[in-house]
Amino acid sequence: MITLTPKEQPEVPIEIDTITPDSLAGKSLDEIKNIPILHGNGQVPLADFFEVEGEAGATAAETKILIDGDVSQTKRIGQGMTAGAITVKGSVNNYVGAEMEGGLITVEGDAKGWAGQNMRGGELEILGNAGDYVGSAYRGDWRGMSGGKITVHGDAKNEIAEYMNGGKMVIKGDVAIMPGIHMNNGVLIIEGNVIARTGGEMAGGTIVVKGIIDEFMAGFEYLGVEKDIEVEGEVIPGAFYKFRGDYAIKGAKGTVYAAVAGNAHIAP
Amino acid sequence: MELVKNVVCPFCGTLCDDIICKVEDDEIVGTINACRIGHSKFVHAEGAMRWKKPQVRDENGELVETTYEDAIERAAQVLAKSKRPLMYGWSCTDCDAQAVGMDLAENTKAVIDNTASVCHGPSVLALQDVGYPICTFGEVKNRADVVVYWGCNPMHAHPRHISRHVFARGFFRERGRSDRTLIVVDPRESDSSKLADIHIQVGYNQDYELLDAMRAAMMGHEILYDEVAGVPKEDIEAVVEILKKAQFGILFFGMGITHSRGKHRNIDTAIMMVQDLNNFGKFTLIPMRGHYNVTGFNQVATWESGYPYCIDFATGIPRYNPGETGSNDLLQSKETDAMMVIASDPGAHFPQKSLRRMAEIPVIAIEPHRTPTTELADIILPPAIVGMETDGTAYRMEGVPIRMRKVVNSDLLSDQEILEKLLKRVVELKTASK
Repeated sequence: MITLTPKEQPEVPIEIDTITPDSLAGKSLDEIKNIPILHGNGQVPLADFFEVEGEAGATAAETKILIDGDVSQTKRIGQGMTAGAITVKGSVNNYVGAEMEGGLITVEGDAKGWAGQNMRGGELEILGNAGDYVGSAYRGDWRGMSGGKITVHGDAKNEIAEYMNGGKMVIKGDVAIMPGIHMNNGVLIIEGNVIARTGGEMAGGTIVVKGIIDEFMAGFEYLGVEKDIEVEGEVIPGAFYKFRGDYAIKGAKGTVYAAVAGNAHIAP
Repeated sequence: MELVKNVVCPFCGTLCDDIICKVEDDEIVGTINACRIGHSKFVHAEGAMRWKKPQVRDENGELVETTYEDAIERAAQVLAKSKRPLMYGWSCTDCDAQAVGMDLAENTKAVIDNTASVCHGPSVLALQDVGYPICTFGEVKNRADVVVYWGCNPMHAHPRHISRHVFARGFFRERGRSDRTLIVVDPRESDSSKLADIHIQVGYNQDYELLDAMRAAMMGHEILYDEVAGVPKEDIEAVVEILKKAQFGILFFGMGITHSRGKHRNIDTAIMMVQDLNNFGKFTLIPMRGHYNVTGFNQVATWESGYPYCIDFATGIPRYNPGETGSNDLLQSKETDAMMVIASDPGAHFPQKSLRRMAEIPVIAIEPHRTPTTELADIILPPAIVGMETDGTAYRMEGVPIRMRKVVNSDLLSDQEILEKLLKRVVELKTASK
């Protein structure tokens, strides 16, 4: 295991997409210390901002990275990793687990925006809150998260699961507006409340909201109440209002389940 | 007194090209055809103060006059030293200056952003996601029989817009206004909505909900609720019918929809509605761009870097993510450590949290007037004003390039000349430090 202990985090953020189990596997400690990372618009060696200890595994799958402290000014942790594990004992900045294809990332604090952007596989777990665009697409891309699993134990903000194409996302807290915007496939489960625009312009996929949806949209069709719903092989107990849409999109087949408890105001 | 004809107005994105300037002793003293806002730009509003010489702050924080050479040297030092410089503004200058700006940003590995990030940035994001069914003003004037203004008040912000495109007679609309149906969507009554045939008073922040219902109705589906965004279902269905029956429809949209809740997603769904309306008749849209050359920057930046605004050159390769690399995002997260402002006034328009960061870091202002931004600036470089004291190219709001005229002389350098000198010096400093 490689342990990275953060020194003081700078005001101008650093980016460590060059530090993944894939890039560290088989390298010596000295080599790792000298891997360039981005600080503002210049490159510096990893050792400028982290104490580096431990030993990397022979392959990515055998390599674990422990970031032992708060790295809230560090972006792109675990970007594009395919195997192995990264554990962060604090909060992170943008793009944690972006473009990840395999392995496991655990963030024990909060994450800022774009966590798991364009994720293709593996597992990303955030024990605190997440920001906007969890599991979204790069700007202008119409293919978002396509595989893997994201779990956020706290709240998330706007436009999570934007253009989602596959995989699974579970938010245990509340979300702001537009969860599952332009969603095409996959499963989004929100255990808390949603402010508005659940599944806006969704063409496919499934959204389950166990909490309260403040405002719902008129482009959906109401299909009645369903009990103990089955979503991709998993049974979710309870009674749910079922909606199909968003009919603003031609041929839309998305499904939104909203818990009967607390959501009587959105059923017509 | 001399009359200079066919002058292009350097104020809003309508870029009126029929202005006549009255010139006396090499000074514009009056205008013909310009709206009140354009007129006051030409003749300088009362109380406006021009910088006649470059300024720098001394050790007591007071501005003192200096030469261009000294001010440019200091500005170059700031930009060359910065780890995350931000270059913001660009919307009130010409495309040639903007092109030098892109070069400067690339050479300093800076983030370059224009005023779109606080106005039509959401429109730009949306058109990248779903497309851009646009047309020119000429087509609107000659063909449009249904005109929709959504979330904008052109009577105040673009004063000649309605007279040039709705009231004007066109080739297929010989009677002008009476040949067109004017629809205004605005939560409030405005001087534009008073002129409309139909005023839809959408609820605050509910544009998306209304558009969603309209699009579902257009596809032949039942609207789920009896009232959406404060508008009864029957009214929504009636408006959708009018839009579907349009021979040539046009949607003009402004800040009221780009910056209400949901931002680019409101525009995204509006664009897709316009696309769907082309299954019935011809329908197009034009964003109501504010600054006269805000569109130009997006054009220049896109052909230089592939991205329209919020371009981050930190790695040497352009990256783009409004929300992370936008000016306000960088200022509020305290990421940026030096800022250059040109041809705009963030000091007057940015949120206080952003201004607090601007007060902490070195700020370079390339700005002709005394503004709230120059109050925060450490180095002020006054340029000649494009479209009045120097010529240049600007893009009208729908993307038509128009050559701006020089009307009077000025002994100040143009934006382009200032930036070229700055670029030359920054490249020298960067090469020396390697």
